[in-house]
Amino acid sequence: MADQILQINHLSKFFGNNEVLRDIDFSVCVGDVISIIGASGSGKSTLLRCINLLETPTSGEILYHGRNVLERGTNPAEYRSHVGMVFQSFNLFNNMTVLENCVVGQVRVLKRGKEEARKHAMEYLERVGMAPYIHAKPRQISGGQKQRVAIARAMAMDPEVLLFDEPTSALDPEMVGEVLNVMQALAESGMTMLVVTHEMAFARDVSNQVVYMSDGVICEQGKPEEIFGNPRKQETIDFLSRFRG
Amino acid sequence: MGKLAQLGLDIAKLWSKYSSSYINGMRNTLILALIGTLIGCLIGFICGVLNTIPYSKNDHPIKRFVLKLIRVIIRIYVEVFRGTPMVLQAVFLFYGLPYFTDNALRFSSVWAAAIVVVSINTGAYMAESVRGGIISVDPGQTEGAMAIGMTHVQTMTSVILPQALRNIMPQIGNNFIINVKDTSVMFIIGFPDFFATHRAAVGASYLYFPSATVEMIGYLTMTLLASFLLRWMEKKMDGSSSYELAQTDQLTMTAGTYRHPDKGSPFDERNREYADEDLREQTGKEDR
Ligand SMILES: Nc1ncnc2c1ncn2[C@@H]1O[C@H](COP(=O)(O)OP(=O)(O)O)[C@@H](O)[C@H]1O
Ligand SMILES: [Mg+2]
Repeated sequence: MADQILQINHLSKFFGNNEVLRDIDFSVCVGDVISIIGASGSGKSTLLRCINLLETPTSGEILYHGRNVLERGTNPAEYRSHVGMVFQSFNLFNNMTVLENCVVGQVRVLKRGKEEARKHAMEYLERVGMAPYIHAKPRQISGGQKQRVAIARAMAMDPEVLLFDEPTSALDPEMVGEVLNVMQALAESGMTMLVVTHEMAFARDVSNQVVYMSDGVICEQGKPEEIFGNPRKQETIDFLSRFRG
Repeated sequence: MGKLAQLGLDIAKLWSKYSSSYINGMRNTLILALIGTLIGCLIGFICGVLNTIPYSKNDHPIKRFVLKLIRVIIRIYVEVFRGTPMVLQAVFLFYGLPYFTDNALRFSSVWAAAIVVVSINTGAYMAESVRGGIISVDPGQTEGAMAIGMTHVQTMTSVILPQALRNIMPQIGNNFIINVKDTSVMFIIGFPDFFATHRAAVGASYLYFPSATVEMIGYLTMTLLASFLLRWMEKKMDGSSSYELAQTDQLTMTAGTYRHPDKGSPFDERNREYADEDLREQTGKEDR
């Protein structure tokens, strides 16, 4: 398929003797918004970190436009500049202002000019509603605002895919909405996204595919209507019932 | 009372005769301490960075070997220079080097020798501080940098080292103050520092305690000044505790992007359809 960005084949990951991911298969196409749901400890973060090469998978393949990035000869930094990541704990650079956070990667990694990078950063900071705060340092803004800046920082690199690892889990409840709204706007603009989340409403209404993970394997995968409306596996039913209360 | 008055008189006498020597000595002491601390910090940063280059089992054996070797060499350097008195290091470098190499290697000026000794000594202390400073930066900062495609070097120079530098500013200040005082041992190689002035003045005038008093006051003035300057620099590095909201007209606005530029963003107040049902009830906010 021409519009396929990533294909994961038989991916597995051990930490010591602990098998955290087993035989993971799935693919990401342009415009996909894939939600990954599952209990804590089921390996969701590890999967995202493997895709971004922050962890080295034990075996399997990660094909990026058909080329296996786990082979020698891949430049991990170069690859990561196309596959952005937004973390639960924001990880904004504490020594820089909001604007500098969104500029530094463009200048140093993509070798853009300062002025061009600034303009580009401002575009995304406006889209996430953080333009007024460009002079603030990360410690001076709220969690929700930090996460919106982190999204702008990732987007300013013009990635092909953006990975989100529980982007709202570290936020006070009243800030969850603002970040989810930004993410929904991004999804609607056609951004390809892979989102680990516990926000079932987001998974159901925004994504076009839902992956349910349990104990390091993909237990069930399908359209949100299927997973939420008509789950086939008992584990999925049990997991989802915990969210319905 | 009489003794104090006598002391005052003697100091006045010394000062009128040797003031330019004292001031010159202070100048030399400050220059040596400053240059030694700066070069020492540079050495410390280089060692600290080399010491923290990550390697894993998957790396090439040669790379792993080289990195381990570097760590061992730095370890030895730190232990040797931290574990021996600076005065002996100066003696070995200034007198020992020409002796053991039959004058093939020698320092032509005491300045060069003194700067090398103080720098290497400070570097040994700073290497550990910098390593600690780097380790104490939140690992999330590295991950954030790696996730946007930065290399190890880019991550270090843009993100980690600036934060490590801020973390270790107090130690750099400490080292500078220690250097101001401890460069007094450089009289052993004939370096004309502030303490050397004392020895010269006493030799000529026999006013031992008056001169020692001048020295005490002089050193204390220099170190207090240094403390003050360092505090000021730390404040400066921290930046202002508040920030200015960027004005709407300074920004190239996309039409209709937001309504309350100084209250935040459209997302702050827009509907919260993905927030928890019961949360919406708690906060009493309704969808627009
Ligand atoms: N660096 C690590 N070293 C060892 N075990 C780890 C490491 N990271 C995660 N794990 C283990 O892997 C499993 C999956 O973790 P994780 O991917 O964080 O799950 P999730 O994100 O779904 O909560 C857990 O059992 C966790 O303890
Ligand atoms: Mg996780």
